[in-house]
Amino acid sequence: MSVVKKSPWILHYDGTSCNGCDIEVLACLTPLYDVERFGIINTGNPKHADILLITGSVNEQNIPVVKQLYEQMPDPKAVVAVGICATSGGIFAECYNVVGGVGKVIPVDVYVPGCAARPESIIDGVVKALDILEEKRKKR
Amino acid sequence: MNILILIGIAMLAPVAGGLLTGIDRIISARLQGRQGPPLLQPFYDVLKLCQKESIEVNSMHRFFVYISLAFVVFTTVILLSGGDILLAIFALTLGSVFFVLGGYASNSPYNTIGSERELLQIMAYEPMVLLTCVGLYYAENSFFVKDIVAAQTPSIVYLPGVFFGLIFILTFKLRKSPFDLSMSHHGHQEIVKGITTEYSGKDLAVIEVTHWYEVIIALALVYVFFATAAPMSHVFAVIVCLLVYLLEIIIDNGAARVKWQQALKSAWIVTGIMGTVNLIILSFFK
Repeated sequence: MSVVKKSPWILHYDGTSCNGCDIEVLACLTPLYDVERFGIINTGNPKHADILLITGSVNEQNIPVVKQLYEQMPDPKAVVAVGICATSGGIFAECYNVVGGVGKVIPVDVYVPGCAARPESIIDGVVKALDILEEKRKKR
Repeated sequence: MNILILIGIAMLAPVAGGLLTGIDRIISARLQGRQGPPLLQPFYDVLKLCQKESIEVNSMHRFFVYISLAFVVFTTVILLSGGDILLAIFALTLGSVFFVLGGYASNSPYNTIGSERELLQIMAYEPMVLLTCVGLYYAENSFFVKDIVAAQTPSIVYLPGVFFGLIFILTFKLRKSPFDLSMSHHGHQEIVKGITTEYSGKDLAVIEVTHWYEVIIALALVYVFFATAAPMSHVFAVIVCLLVYLLEIIIDNGAARVKWQQALKSAWIVTGIMGTVNLIILSFFK
């Protein structure tokens, strides 16, 4: 049964994002893109979520927050790094306070580059994460 | 044979409730100009939750959810098999109380806020539910659903005010805006996720299934107002149930959440005026 693929609930966390990618993530919920067609719900609660969407790079201050959110999510779970900052740190990679991409702190399954990442590519990234979610479920 | 019917009710009620929830989500999406999820989406959600890990905060907060489900199933079976409506309502209240206790048991601040709000909601809607039972007894001289739906004149003729009050408080019971204080279907207007914050996996699936049963219970209460001995009246009653559900969906999408003071006040005022006045007038004619 691949029910996991039919009802992915998403938790969205803003790392050090400039809000560009955040707005694109929220744009996915609007009537134009309407991700609820695929059963995707934006939950505000890690314990209900299947996929963690992170926008923006990770800095010294939010490392424990990102780790905690990840650990509070029940298995199987997947992480999608949205935008170039979440992927590698982007233009902020050299900043004294920025650690780098999300991959430095928690295991990332899908990288969605772009500045800002377009809603189409975010949806595409989430759909890719669904296959990974299904694999993880089988392994459990 | 009887036991088979009871098991049938317990099995089919959540299926109907889940389908209604699916229709609800599609209509809500269309009202917002979206296409919306597939009809079977609520079932996909619950099946997925069953495949996920259940994080246990402590053993009690899970236990209460299952007890709550047991009482709600009990209520559904009593109501739909024509049993005592008063017993059904008390069992339903007990189910809600166990749900609140589950919220408190997890010791999470978000759950505690959700539980307090759920208690407020129970306080707001419970008097009207009791008045509904009292009114139905007053009109038909029986607490048994099978007697009420076998009457010659439908109860709505005697109890239009009580019916209006019931529709008003069904917004609480169906967890719809403006009275969805403790847990909402829409995540964005919520303190994390209200009373369900600490639940995950199977426990959350159980809460969802409990809600499907509650939808059926709510609509069954509407149903008894219209059903009579005439067979056609049952078709009419089902149509009224669907119309009431549609009305609740439209109210849900058209209203923002109110403060708890307003929710409590408006529910009690409606109960006091529509319910009580209706019963007083009825007492002159009976």
